[in-house]
Amino acid sequence: MKITINGHVVDVPDGLSVDGLLSHLNVKPVYTAVALNREVTPKSAYASMRIKEGDRIEIVRPMGGG
Amino acid sequence: MGYAMSDTNLVLGGKEFTSRLIVGTGKYSSNDIMRDAHEASGAEIVTVAVRRVNLPGTGESILDFIDTSRYTLLPNTAGCYTADEAVRTAYLAREAGLGEMVKLEVIGDARTLFPDVQGLLEATRTLARDGFVVMPYTNDDPVIARRLEEAGAACVMPLGAPIGSGLGIRNPYNIKIILETVSIPVIVDAGVGTASDAAIAMELGCDGVLMNTAIAGARDAVAMARAMKLAVEAGRLACRAGRISKKLYATASSPLEGVPDWTS
Repeated sequence: MKITINGHVVDVPDGLSVDGLLSHLNVKPVYTAVALNREVTPKSAYASMRIKEGDRIEIVRPMGGG
Repeated sequence: MGYAMSDTNLVLGGKEFTSRLIVGTGKYSSNDIMRDAHEASGAEIVTVAVRRVNLPGTGESILDFIDTSRYTLLPNTAGCYTADEAVRTAYLAREAGLGEMVKLEVIGDARTLFPDVQGLLEATRTLARDGFVVMPYTNDDPVIARRLEEAGAACVMPLGAPIGSGLGIRNPYNIKIILETVSIPVIVDAGVGTASDAAIAMELGCDGVLMNTAIAGARDAVAMARAMKLAVEAGRLACRAGRISKKLYATASSPLEGVPDWTS
């Protein structure tokens, strides 16, 4: 299925959970956060929440800043 | 120890900090230099931005160079132009495990990076209600400072000059009025260029200074970090020690009596 991650349209396997998506992308969940269709996803929902076709996902982490 | 020497701590959201210097993590020439500069600055709070991860993940993180058992992280909402964006960014930061503190920025203009105070007030209200320790970057307007305090801000962080400009404290009188206006801590955020600017902020009576570019952009960032540590400490101590009043004419430091007479 096609979804948008951090502004890029990508093809990922159907039926992934948020956890599954992060490991598919090789992103460690420590000090990262996910927003699914503009709503911040609590870490407690990573296993149960499923990604759907067309979803817009932001995955962020801390970076250098002032 | 006298009053001036036995200082109190900076208190933000119930946490106590000995250092009154808050430093950034942006624009360093390397992460190693950043880590050494943090060490030299004596800071206990460091700011971070919240940005998209690179994909596929590389596993590298700026937090490999920040000992989070020692430094309190202060995520910012830099790059946000509306209250909604800033609030969502703060939620992301909290969910990422970066803590409850947020350096709240709602930018109103890309060229000056001056705050949009209307959006800032709205976002402060929302985040304070949701339990964040809100530290808003604001302009040097005492009225807005009071509104931010009423909105639940943990401190106010007026700019000394535009972000990254290094122009110093351009309106010390407004900073002084802000200090008289609010009862929450006042931390000068942005505009510091060199050590004397930080000292001036502290001499005015500010509770702290936040800076990034002044250290990260210096030719020797680690040396500048130490200079800033000393300046903040010196300025704070001078403020508490109580400076003399300014006079137009000289007042002799040596006794006027007992001067030998050399007239023949």
